[in-house]
Parts: sequence; C-alpha cells; structure tokens
Amino acid sequence: MSAARTLDRRASVAQLFRNRGDSLLVSGLGGPTSDAYGIGDHPLTFYLWGAMGGAAMVGLGLALAQPARRVIVLTGDGEMLMGMGALATLGVQKPANLAIVVIDNGLYAETGLQQAHTARGVDLAGVAQACGVKAEVVETQAQLDAVEPRLYREPGPFFMNLRVPPVASILELPARDGPYLRSRFRTALLGPDCHL
Amino acid sequence: MTTASWPDEIFDVLVEGGVRQVAYVPDAGHKRLIERCIAAPDMQAVSLTTEEEGVAMLAGAFLGGQRGVLLLQSSGVGNCINMLSLPAECRIPLLMIVTMRGEWGEFNPWQITMGQGTQASLEAVGVLVNRAESAADVVPTVRASLSLAYNTGRVVAVLLGQKVIGAKMFRKGDTK
Repeated sequence: MSAARTLDRRASVAQLFRNRGDSLLVSGLGGPTSDAYGIGDHPLTFYLWGAMGGAAMVGLGLALAQPARRVIVLTGDGEMLMGMGALATLGVQKPANLAIVVIDNGLYAETGLQQAHTARGVDLAGVAQACGVKAEVVETQAQLDAVEPRLYREPGPFFMNLRVPPVASILELPARDGPYLRSRFRTALLGPDCHL
Repeated sequence: MTTASWPDEIFDVLVEGGVRQVAYVPDAGHKRLIERCIAAPDMQAVSLTTEEEGVAMLAGAFLGGQRGVLLLQSSGVGNCINMLSLPAECRIPLLMIVTMRGEWGEFNPWQITMGQGTQASLEAVGVLVNRAESAADVVPTVRASLSLAYNTGRVVAVLLGQKVIGAKMFRKGDTK
C-alpha cells in the first residue's frame, strides 16, 4: 500500500460530481450512498441500501438502456469485492458510457472497521485491468484533478480506484423507500408517462 | 432430446412483450432461446459470470426504461437470493425463466439440493412462482408471467420442469 492516501473522501466525491450535468448516478450501499447524498441529493441519483455486490451491474443495465447518457457507479471496495465477477462481465460487454468509481478505504467501515482484502494486497484496479476494463488509481489531489474530466469523457468501461485514508464515511441518510427512489429516478429520466 | 418448438415460441413472447435486455448464464435447457436472443437486433444479450449479476443488471434496465428477462438454471436461483431484495424492495418488475434440474430423471445428485429447494427459496423471498410441466404449458405460462411482472411490479419466476426440458444424460467418453 502506498503512503500517498491523502485525499479527503467526501471532498473528492464532491469534486468528481460538481459538474455531473445530466449523468446518472448509482451509489453502492454503505459509505458511498452516504457520500452520494452528502454532496447533495439529486433525482438522477439512485441510492442502493442493500443488494451488496450489485452496484456495477445496476450500472450496466442502466448504461445499456440509456446509451446516450453517462452512467456513473459510485461504490466501495467491500461492495466491489463481493461482485468482482461483474468486472469480467463489463470487460466483455464494454459499455462505452459507463464509469465505475470505487472509494477504497481498505475497510468494512459499516460493520466495525474490519480490514478488507484491499488493505491486504488485493488491487482492484489491477483486477479491472486484467478484465479488460481501463483503470486508474487516484490517491493524490493532482491525480484527482487530472482524472475528473475523464470520468465523463473517457470511453467506457472506465474504472477509477479512489484510494482514501482508512476511515469511515460521515454518515448521511437519504430516503430508504425503494418505490420512491425508483419512481423519482424514472420520472426524472423518462418523464411522468413512464408510470402509465 | 427432440427439437422442441417452445424455445422459439418463448422468444416470440419476449419480442411481443418488449423485452430488450436478456441476461443469462449459459445453460443447455436455454441453449436455443439464448441463441435467438443473441441474434436479435433489438435485444442486448449479456452473458454473466453468476446469476445475481443479472438481477442487478435488469433492475438497472428498468430504471433506464427497458424491460429484461433473466435466463438461468435452478442451481443459479440460490445465487440470486439476496440480490432479489433490490427488485422486491423497490417494486421493480423482473421475469426469471428457470430451467429445472434435480427432479425428473436427474443424473447428477449434486443438482438435487438446489433443484428441490428452488421454488421454496424463491417463495421465501417473495417471488411469485409459476410452473410449466408440459410443453403446451410453456408459452402461456411465460406470457402470463411477463404480464404479471410488468403490470404489477413484481418478481415472477417461471419454472420449466425437467420433464419438459428432458433429463440430461451423461455417458462416459462423451465430449459434450
């Protein structure tokens, strides 16, 4: 592990999404859902509160359905480890409009700060690369500044491993009601007629 | 196994029903249907590493305005259980078409555990289950299940009995 993990997690997420435009955001359970809400609620954000391991694949289905929109999945290292096969599926499918940001603190923060495999030598960016998914490791402010526009413009699938210090996210609590989150997102994306 | 017409007829029902995304784990029982979906210009067929990927993917498809179907074998149902909390909790429609193993004339004892547990596992997490036990049942069951899923925002599984599909036979020396 590099000693370079100097980025503030919430501030980094805020920077990455400050110019999100009409992009679609799916956040993975735990810290990333807190971060996605903490930087400002948005109807085109779909918060996952469960379904651990599924965030990247929700992103794929959405990206295939909406090829003209940028789809960004914001998730954590523990969540990505549980669904690591999805990286192989993305590598085969190659959705050009999909980017995955993994906030990697090397911890299962929700459950008591236990070390994840990512703190013990497992390199998710390396896994993504090996699956044919272009990947960048981001640990410093200079790297973050350089990668920010690529999050929206780099032909996907594009994987960003955002390595942050080993601390928990600051807890934020967006709505948990599934049908509300679903319909809010679909109304904003597809218009009110999608419910007819 | 003789060439049955129901795989092609399921394909027609999916086209009629507006299905655009097909998620699958390769499966002998679904071989013909998967081939039809891959060849269809208006469908995106996505091969998965494990079945729960498809549950998540098709939730994303619905959020994006497209309908999907998940094709899997009964052994893969067990892989899906926790991921089904996503469509169940969000009332996102999902159609799963499951080819059964571990029942009628099964050769491989390792298929029995999940095959016999498939329907109970699905029902335990709130999935509505419809079974087809004859070739004539298949198409009406799939059509009704697709309507049920998309009209009511539910997860619906069609179980295609092993009696319909035909038990897979293994002979020493076979190459496939």
